[in-house]
Amino acid sequence: MSPLRDWPIKRKLTAILLLISGLVLVLTSAAFVTYQVVTFRGTIQSHLATRSRILAANSTAALAFANEADATEILAALKYDPHMVAAALYNQDGRVLATYPVAATADLIPAAPQPDGYRFQGGRLVGSTPVAQGGKRLGTLYIASDTKDVSDALRLSGVIAIVVLAIAMLAAYALAAALQGRISAPILALAETATAVSTRQDYSVRAPKLGEDELGTLTDAFNQMLVRIEDQDRELRRYATELEQRVAERTQELQERHEAVRRNAAELLAANQELDAFAYSVSHDLRAPLRSIDGFSHVLLEDYAAQLDQAGRDSLQRVRAASQRMATLIDDLLKLARVTRAEMRTEVVDLSGMARDIVAELQRATPERHVEFAIAPGLEARGDPRLLRVALDNLLRNGWKYTAKQPRPQIEFASTNVNGERAFVVRDNGAGFDMKYADKLFGVFQRLHSAAEFEGTGVGLATVRRIITRHGGRIWAEGAVDRGATFYFTL
Amino acid sequence: MNAGKILLVEDNPDDIALTMRALKSHNMTNDVVVAQDGVQALDYLFGAEGGAGPDELPAVVLLDLKLPKVNGLEVLQRIRADERTRLLPVVILTSSDEERDLIDGYRLGANSYVRKPVDFVEFTQAAKQLGLYWLLMNRAPPVPRRL
Ligand SMILES: Nc1ncnc2c1ncn2[C@@H]1O[C@H](COP(=O)(O)OP(=O)(O)O)[C@@H](O)[C@H]1O
Ligand SMILES: [Mg+2]
Repeated sequence: MSPLRDWPIKRKLTAILLLISGLVLVLTSAAFVTYQVVTFRGTIQSHLATRSRILAANSTAALAFANEADATEILAALKYDPHMVAAALYNQDGRVLATYPVAATADLIPAAPQPDGYRFQGGRLVGSTPVAQGGKRLGTLYIASDTKDVSDALRLSGVIAIVVLAIAMLAAYALAAALQGRISAPILALAETATAVSTRQDYSVRAPKLGEDELGTLTDAFNQMLVRIEDQDRELRRYATELEQRVAERTQELQERHEAVRRNAAELLAANQELDAFAYSVSHDLRAPLRSIDGFSHVLLEDYAAQLDQAGRDSLQRVRAASQRMATLIDDLLKLARVTRAEMRTEVVDLSGMARDIVAELQRATPERHVEFAIAPGLEARGDPRLLRVALDNLLRNGWKYTAKQPRPQIEFASTNVNGERAFVVRDNGAGFDMKYADKLFGVFQRLHSAAEFEGTGVGLATVRRIITRHGGRIWAEGAVDRGATFYFTL
Repeated sequence: MNAGKILLVEDNPDDIALTMRALKSHNMTNDVVVAQDGVQALDYLFGAEGGAGPDELPAVVLLDLKLPKVNGLEVLQRIRADERTRLLPVVILTSSDEERDLIDGYRLGANSYVRKPVDFVEFTQAAKQLGLYWLLMNRAPPVPRRL
């Protein structure tokens, strides 16, 4: 059997009711039986006492004259009472004068008279009564009766008590069974509703209300709670649907955007390919006529020098110079385009080593120039080595070029801290420039010096800026006329 | 020494004239055969419609890349694909210094790659280097006989 706490509430209630009524009934029956026994004992005791006193009164003569036969006869009358077990008369000296029954055994009759009074002893009621006449004690009457009447009465009242108990328990059970429903039914209904809610997630069910008592209140509270949960559930569902809808919308939006980005990328790719094709054809087709111009000017100068005067030869030289300059411009532009198109391969680049290489190259190309270089050791950065080389080459080459008229040219490559960010610095003490035009330095074909002062195409710094921008960095310059120039860049 | 012919594959008449002049100015006496597009070049090398080619292969091919009809790289590819011309010296002589042309050229088996300089003096210098190397210094590969 399962432990009590696991019993269904119905059985618990019934059991409690039965237990209580059973206890009450048992106590009541016990009281009833006890009362019966006590009163009955009293009755038979007084009964025996009366009989004893009558017998004692009748025995005075026989005792006074010590008449044994009379005494025996008097006692013999007791035989009409079946409950009498034994009796005896003692004389003044405490000697037995007569007994009942005549041949009573010693265990029935005490050897000496007992103190006066009555008591229950060994399943019998025994008593001693004085026999007296005219205030003078003549002896003692001893009498013993069985207690069969008492035990009969006890048995009877016991049977009555048990029968009553049984009937009462049956009635109590029937009542309990009928009445526990008043308490358990609403609880069971609540439990059933709660189960329905939890298993089916159905918040629309309501527990039936069966009365206005505390259980009714509980049911009301429970139902109200359900109403609230139902509302919130509905709300939640609405939010969920809304959310789903919004997610779907967002997804759609994102997909559209993604599509747009993809289209953009495709367009960009197409544009890049177009640029590619453009650069390719520039590199092929624009240079060919230049070659003809230069080549045939040369032919004229070589084969027809005699027919030309100085001015004519000079003009042809200019034609040649112009065509060569245009070739340089085209080459520089192509380099710029290449920098834009080139795929980036990022790695750690030893900028100091790179600068040393470039400087060595410059010195090899123009050994007659003496420039003092200061290259900070160990400068490193993450970036595309080929692009960074192009950038550094342009900056150092500019330094080299624009210090050409300086008697003690110096060029420095180092790093510095600008607002917490590391910046690389290329500094020279050459021609410098007017800060007014500092923003023009990085434009394509923008030059701050004339070709007569310094040769150049004005594409170099534009190329450098594009490289730095592609690395996510910035570049800027400081300078003053004849006081040198400083270029800063971050990566 | 083999004083074989030079096959110049070039569509630009100015460039043809200038190249001839440059070669001549360095006393390269070789005959120069000019093909004005890729098809002509292939015809010369392999004969029209698969016919027999010239008796003798040129000592060197100077090949422009940008050509009408069949471009220079395709010509190079065909030259390298054929058993007879597999080892024929081919110098790419072009305006372009696009990296991918360079890479493609060498990948397809060009022996060298020369960018035509705009400056005619430089151009004759380059032509001289080329002629000297490929015509005078370099021993032409033996011509495999056709089975
Ligand atoms: N180190 C320098 N000192 C003075 N001016 C410079 C320096 N570097 C660049 N500049 C100025 O910026 C201009 C643009 O430079 P750049 O784009 O490299 O073109 P280029 O060197 O071909 O003229 C130059 O013409 C020059 O006036
Ligand atoms: Mg420059």
